[in-house]
Amino acid sequence: MALLEIRNVVRRFGDFTAVDGVSMSIEQGEFFTLLGPSGCGKTTLLRMIAGFDSPQSGEMRLDGQDLISIPPEKRPIHTVFQSYALFPHMTVAENIAFPLKMRKVPKEEIRQRVSDSLEDVRLADRGGRYPNELSGGQRQRVALARALVNRPRLLLLDEPLAALDMKLREQMRLELINLQKEIGVTFIYVTHDQTEALTLSHRIAVMNGGRVEQLDEPSKIYDSPKNRFVAAFIGTCNLVEAQVVAADGEKMILEIKGLGEVAARNPGASVGETGTLALRPEKIRLGAHLVPELDENHFRGKVRDFLYMGDVTVYIVEVGEGEHIEALLPNSAAGRPRIFAAGDPVDIAWRYDAGSFLNG
Amino acid sequence: MGKNLGKWLISGPPVLYLVVFFVIPTLIMVLASFRYPGEYGGLAPIMRHDASGAHINLTLESYQEYFSDFIYSWLFLKTLAYAVITTFFCLVMAYPLALLIAKSARKYRDLLVLLVILPFWSNFLIRIYAWMIILGPQSVFSQLLNGFLGLFGIDPVRLLFTPFAVVVCLIYVQLPFMVLPLYANLEKHDPALLDAAQDLGANGWQRFWRVTFPLSLPGIYAGIALVFIPVLGIFAVPDILGGTRGIMIGNLIKQEFLEARDWPFGSALSIVLTVSAMIIVGLAALAARRRVGRDV
Ligand SMILES: Nc1ncnc2c1ncn2[C@@H]1O[C@H](COP(=O)(O)OP(=O)(O)OP(=O)(O)O)[C@@H](O)[C@H]1O
Ligand SMILES: [Mg+2]
Repeated sequence: MALLEIRNVVRRFGDFTAVDGVSMSIEQGEFFTLLGPSGCGKTTLLRMIAGFDSPQSGEMRLDGQDLISIPPEKRPIHTVFQSYALFPHMTVAENIAFPLKMRKVPKEEIRQRVSDSLEDVRLADRGGRYPNELSGGQRQRVALARALVNRPRLLLLDEPLAALDMKLREQMRLELINLQKEIGVTFIYVTHDQTEALTLSHRIAVMNGGRVEQLDEPSKIYDSPKNRFVAAFIGTCNLVEAQVVAADGEKMILEIKGLGEVAARNPGASVGETGTLALRPEKIRLGAHLVPELDENHFRGKVRDFLYMGDVTVYIVEVGEGEHIEALLPNSAAGRPRIFAAGDPVDIAWRYDAGSFLNG
Repeated sequence: MGKNLGKWLISGPPVLYLVVFFVIPTLIMVLASFRYPGEYGGLAPIMRHDASGAHINLTLESYQEYFSDFIYSWLFLKTLAYAVITTFFCLVMAYPLALLIAKSARKYRDLLVLLVILPFWSNFLIRIYAWMIILGPQSVFSQLLNGFLGLFGIDPVRLLFTPFAVVVCLIYVQLPFMVLPLYANLEKHDPALLDAAQDLGANGWQRFWRVTFPLSLPGIYAGIALVFIPVLGIFAVPDILGGTRGIMIGNLIKQEFLEARDWPFGSALSIVLTVSAMIIVGLAALAARRRVGRDV
């Protein structure tokens, strides 16, 4: 049985539907992420799981028990708020002791567990400080420690790293992964940062407009997006209008206006169908002269523009009649920020199964 | 250098104002409390000339008088008691009101605050006289109360010209001064803190006592100071509603200046009052500092 079972949950505000029939089941010990653009209903869904809001229809069960009828303070679910919501009038230790006090844990045990918890988040020497005397990263860790100290069944995290700078964010990601592995508490993590979602999660639910667009492992989400929205939202992607002209088992042929025919993996489309070919820039080979390999689509084009990104350079290559394809090359050679300049003639090539045909 | 000059130019006028209208008068009053009363009121000259030459004409007599008769200290303690009772009831009544306003929808808040300060728009004395009517023996309130007491065979009580009338009116007059600082504090509370507390297992009662209340302590202290201190010196309310049993130290001070024409004794009473108030408030602030820890 899944730890948390959500079925057809709907939440409307007036005539606006913030969460529109969401279903998902989350397993014990999972690091589950809700990913989606601003306003897609992530926080609303999370608040319903925490109990601060309730759905107009649908079901939520924790360990098979109905959750909706239980008030938030009775749910074995804790939240790490985006603003951390640390109590400013309590020391770090008092903040962490708070949930234990609410559960009437004996004083001696509270003391022990708070000090263990402070060790876990490497704040043993900060127990007597007040939240306003801590750095952003430290506050973040206090919020985590406080939410985890009495081992909830489920921890909800609403963009917990959004307020931190990039370096700290990367470091905290690693800490989060380790912490979650160590204590085995199930995490539901909300973010609109796709890198964060991809690095942290066991599974990701990509949301848009109150609906789940795709629910899968990170690599599936990235490599086999189910539709145009997911493909465009996660990473960068070439999205080209295409029509199926031949489909045969594993392979099919697509007609792309201005470019011609390309081979692609057949997801079970039928001839005549139109859709989008999604092609990741890093899956495209780029060179001055490429020898075509077996099962490759091969085009000759011209560099229109390039974006230097430090580790890689993205080249925008014009192929066929005005079709633009992005491809990237790592800047592995020292002192050479780019290999091609605008106007250079180049070859691009990709295996037929490098992209996905999306008819959604 | 130029920066300092600017600072002085900006803060100069208010500092000057305070010196001229607060510091100097206070010093004059301190001095007055050590002088002899003049023969026809006012103050006797500081220098006295007689056969043996000039003497400085200062005395501790006024203070001696204060401490020689317990009635003054008793009046002072009674005033303190009125102030404590008034402050207590203001706090108990203002807190839920301030909380209600702070929690109501943003668009209604200003209106509700306006209603709280609405009484300020009418004259202070008129508002006190209104209580004479409310508490008078012929008032609906008195009649209902006495009718009710009569059912149990209790003799009718008089409300007007009693300490009760004074305290009720003091509470009425001072209530907005408690509501406003409390509201200003409560309105700033981050609602996420209450969500967090609830999320971590706190029920409504615990959320109030462990989050809302401790965070509102600065507002409570401000409200207490704003209610308590003015009540110590007030004389209009007991003058109008208190009769003889309801008088406060403020009445006595006023009397010394205007009727008895003993300025030195009036000044000494004022100084005792001011110093006591400062000590009380200082001790309270010290205790408060230790409790609040830190803000935000
Ligand atoms: N209490 C409310 N009343 C009315 N509309 C609301 C309320 N709460 C949320 N909404 C609307 O529901 C939609 C989803 O909001 P939600 O906060 O869940 O988005 P989100 O996915 O968390 O976005 P973000 O990434 O910006 O935090 C938004 O359009 C928002 O305006
Ligand atoms: Mg949100």
